[in-house]
Formats: sequence, structure tokens, C-alpha cells
Amino acid sequence: MERKIRVLVAKPGLDGHDRGAKVIARALRDAGMEVIYTGLQQTPQMIVEAALQEDVDVIGLSILSGAHMTLLPKVMQLLREQGMTDVLVVAGGIISDEDAEILKREHGIAEVFGPGSSTQAIIDFIRSNVQLTRG
Amino acid sequence: MSEHELVTRLRNGERRALARAISLVEQGGPAARAVVAAAYPYAQAHRVGITGPPGAGKSTLVTSLAQEWRRRGVPVGIVAVDPSSPFSGGAVLGDRIRMQALGGDPGVFIRSMASRGRMGGLARATADAVTLIAAAGFPIVIIETVGAGQDEVDIAQTADTTIVVEVPGMGDDVQSIKAGMLEIADIFVVNKADRPGVDQTVRQLRTMLQLGGAPADGWSPPVLTAVATTGEGCAQIVDAVEQHRQYLANDGAQASRMRALAERELAAAVQELILERLRGQRWEELVKEIASRRRDPYAAASELLDG
Ligand code: B12
Ligand SMILES: Nc1nc2c(ncn2[C@@H]2O[C@H](COP(=O)(O)OP(=O)(O)O)[C@@H](O)[C@H]2O)c(=O)[nH]1
Ligand SMILES: [Mg+2]
Repeated sequence: MERKIRVLVAKPGLDGHDRGAKVIARALRDAGMEVIYTGLQQTPQMIVEAALQEDVDVIGLSILSGAHMTLLPKVMQLLREQGMTDVLVVAGGIISDEDAEILKREHGIAEVFGPGSSTQAIIDFIRSNVQLTRG
Repeated sequence: MSEHELVTRLRNGERRALARAISLVEQGGPAARAVVAAAYPYAQAHRVGITGPPGAGKSTLVTSLAQEWRRRGVPVGIVAVDPSSPFSGGAVLGDRIRMQALGGDPGVFIRSMASRGRMGGLARATADAVTLIAAAGFPIVIIETVGAGQDEVDIAQTADTTIVVEVPGMGDDVQSIKAGMLEIADIFVVNKADRPGVDQTVRQLRTMLQLGGAPADGWSPPVLTAVATTGEGCAQIVDAVEQHRQYLANDGAQASRMRALAERELAAAVQELILERLRGQRWEELVKEIASRRRDPYAAASELLDG
């Protein structure tokens, strides 16, 4: 049977901007994915724990607070500690191009999607980069 | 990793092995069955079902009840089912939003499940997921149903204790207790007791239960109140669940329930295996013939089964 793509959509940190996260969650659902939405104010620990319990293939992080350079690397570090390096991690929100470059190159975030990104581009990216053959 | 190794690992408390095993049973097939088979002998948990209309506070109540069990030192597993979209097959599973207070506790394991087209409030693999969580050493496993209201009677055949959640303000509309809900409840909880109209709702429920006559199996479902957001009333609900568990153990009622559960599990397994064996070229041909009304489904079924 075809394996469903499971995605955790989470908002790390303290900002209350949740429109983008909700838009993404619904778009991924409409693309046939199963989205676990954990809501606002997630610590990196909570995010990684939820991803582990839910056995997700993808983590989507939405952050508009400006704290992405501390919170996103922390999430990546905890994932490595748990041996969860096969999980695809994408981010979105207000993240400058320079920061996005560093997050991708140095921390292993697969892609960053800023304001105005088309949801179809996000869906396509996930579909072509997700690893569904995890052991 | 072999199915046995996966089960050994989850029994050793490896949460990632448990999470993987649940994904496997969600997918179904021979590997899924092997995992369930390996875990089955160790799955000794009390299964608590929570059902009730959307927004009644089920997820919030699950959280407060789990916190109460944790205070008593009991590890708790949770399976929360939400509906899949009939159009895309996808789903947004949002129950975890209410369960944040349980984060960071190794004595709690939460898994969200999409119903994947199954009606009746549970997913096909819910019972198997509960088996795995139980085998991982969680003596209490709470199951939150989809909560579509009607027809959610599957839970009574999957859980040992079924809690039906209602909210105040049903007014005169006795119909708002959906048919069937009265019969499946082992415990009623009127949640949102911080709102007006609680006493009236409690009275109505008690009256309806009395009108229903003496319970067939000798257990009279208590009607309790709660404020799930503060945890008020949750100690009493946990006490009631424990009493119900005692009742099941002492009264022989457990034996008949276990039999009913076993029968349902067997029927589901038979159906799954038969379908898997029969699907194939002839199956596809018959589907086409039925669709074009050249053959009726019963004739097609007996051809498949009897040759
Ligand atoms: C609407 C809005 C609000 C609303 C939020 C309502 C809500 N519930 O979401 C309100 C009025 C509450 C608000 C408040 C504040 N806001 Co405001 N807000 C905005 C605004 C105008 C639009 C954000 C939005 O909803 N966009 C629509 C959604 C759909 O777009 P999006 O979130 O960007 O998502 C897209 C992509 O980023 C991406 N994406 C997003 N998440 C994800 C996740 C994944 C996994 C993926 C793949 C992609 C992805 O895909 C989406 C679709 O293209 C932005 C400015 C802007 N133009 O972005 C400021 C902005 C985000 N806010 C800002 C600020 C400063 C604030 C306040 C602190 C203001 C204040 N001083 O009080 C408060 C903080 C509130 C809080 N508790 O955090 C700043 C942030 C600055 C920064 N980070 O450096 C911004 C950038 C404005 C600015 N130019 O200064 N805000
Ligand atoms: N006033 C009040 N609100 C509650 C109570 N329990 C839950 N809620 C709120 O009811 C809403 C729905 O709760 P949720 O647990 O998601 O309901 P579910 O759909 O049945 O799982 C949320 O906004 C909760 O905060 C309660 O006891 N009192
Ligand atoms: Mg819920």
C-alpha cells in the first residue's frame, strides 16, 4: 500500500503568527499528507519529542519572531542526538536570505520558504525530497 | 530490522521503535501482522475510550486524566484519532495542541492517527496501535475517538472502559445525546462544568439512564462532572475508571467483554487476510462487471470464495 507522508508542523519560540503554519498545514493535507499540528510556543525539545512519537517523515518549522538562528539549529542538534537525521526539515516565515543560507549549509535545514512562497512549490519540494524508505 | 527485534526494542522502552512499529501497523500487510503477533502476549493494559461531540473537550480531558494517572505514578499511552479528508486522503491531526502539558514526560507516549477512510470513530489500525503501546509497558492506554458524534460505537468494542463526554446546555433537546451513546457509556462526564446548566444536564442524563432500565450487565454508569481545563473532577473520573476495572475483574463481566473484543479482532483479521488473498486479476474483472451491472456482488463474492 502507498505510504502516507507524515509531517509535523510546529511553531518554535514565542511568536503568535500562526497564519502561515495553518495555511501550510491545510495545503499539505489537501495534497494527501497527514499533518500533525502541534500549535504555538513549542520548545525544540517538544518538537523533536513529538516528531519521534509521531514517526514523521518531515518536520516543517514556521517562525516569524526573528529567533530562528537560535531555535532552528537547536532543533537540528536534538534531531542528530536522537539519530533522526533521515527526517526532512523545512522552514518558513521571516528568515533573511543570508540566514537561510547558513541554516541550510551549516545546520542541515533542507529548504527555507519565505513570504509569498507558493504552497505548490512546498508540496513539490517535500514530495521529491522526502525519504520514505527509512529503516 | 526483524519484527521480533522491533518488538523486543519497544518492550525495552525504545520510544522510536514503538513509533516505527505503529507506522508499520498503520500500513498493514504481513510485516504489520508479524509485529502485532509478537507484541500481543505482552499487551496487558486497561484501555480507556473517550468519545463525545467535537469541541466537548475530549483532548483536554485526556490530558487532565493522564496527568492524574501520572500523579499516581502510572505511565499512560494515548492514541488520538482525527478524520482523514475524504477528498485528498490527507488529514490535519490537532489533538496534540491540547496535550502540550504532557510534553517532556517519559511516562507518557502520544500518537495521533488519521481515520484513513474508516467510519465509526477509529482507524483500522487503532486497536493494533494500542496493543503495541500496551506491550511497551503502558498500563493505561487512552483512546480519543474522532468525535463526529453519531455511530461512534466502535470504541466500546475496543476499550475496556468507555467514557462519553457531554457538555452543559443541551437544554430540552434530549436528542442531543446521540442514539447509541447511552448504551456504550461506562462513565458519563459532563465537561465544562464551569459553564451554566451543569446540574440540569447531569439530571437529564441520570433520568435518561433510569428510563433505559437497569443495566444489563450490572454496572450503573456514574454521571460525573469535570472542568478539563483545570483538572477539576479528574481524580473522581480516574477513581471511577479504576472501580470499573475492578468491577470487570470481579464480576466475570471482563470475561464476556474480552470474548466480544476477541471476536471483533478475529473478524477484522479474517476480513483483512481474505481481502488480501482474493485481490488480484479476477477481483479487478469482477469489480468491473459489478460496476457495469453485468453481475451482482453476491454472485461475484461466492465465485471468489468458492471458485
Ligand atoms: C498578520 C501579522 C500579524 C498578526 C498575526 C496574526 C496571526 N494569528 O498570525 C498580528 C497582528 C497578531 C501580529 C502581531 C505582531 N507582529 Co506581525 N505580522 C503580520 C504580517 C503583516 C503578516 C504575517 C502573515 O500572517 N502572513 C501571511 C502568511 C500566510 O504568510 P507567512 O506566515 O509568511 O507564511 C508563508 C511563508 O513564510 C511560508 N511559511 C510560513 N511558515 C511556514 C512553515 C513551513 C513548514 C513552510 C514550508 C513554509 C512556511 O509559507 C507561507 C505561504 O507562502 C507580517 C508582515 C509580513 N509581510 O510577513 C508581520 C510581522 C511578521 N510581524 C512582526 C511583528 C514585529 C509583530 C509584533 C511583535 C508587533 C508588535 N510589536 O506587537 C506582534 C507579535 C505578536 C506575537 N504574539 O507574536 C514583524 C516580525 C519582524 C521580525 N521577525 O523580524 C513582521 C515581519 C512585520 C514587520 N515587517 O516588522 N502580526
Ligand atoms: N470552559 C471550558 N472550556 C473547556 C473545558 N475543556 C475544554 N475546553 C475548551 O474547549 C475547546 C475544545 O477542546 P478540545 O479538548 O480540543 O475538544 P475535543 O474536540 O473534544 O477534543 C478548547 O478551546 C478547550 O480549551 C472546560 O472544562 N471548560
Ligand atoms: Mg480532540
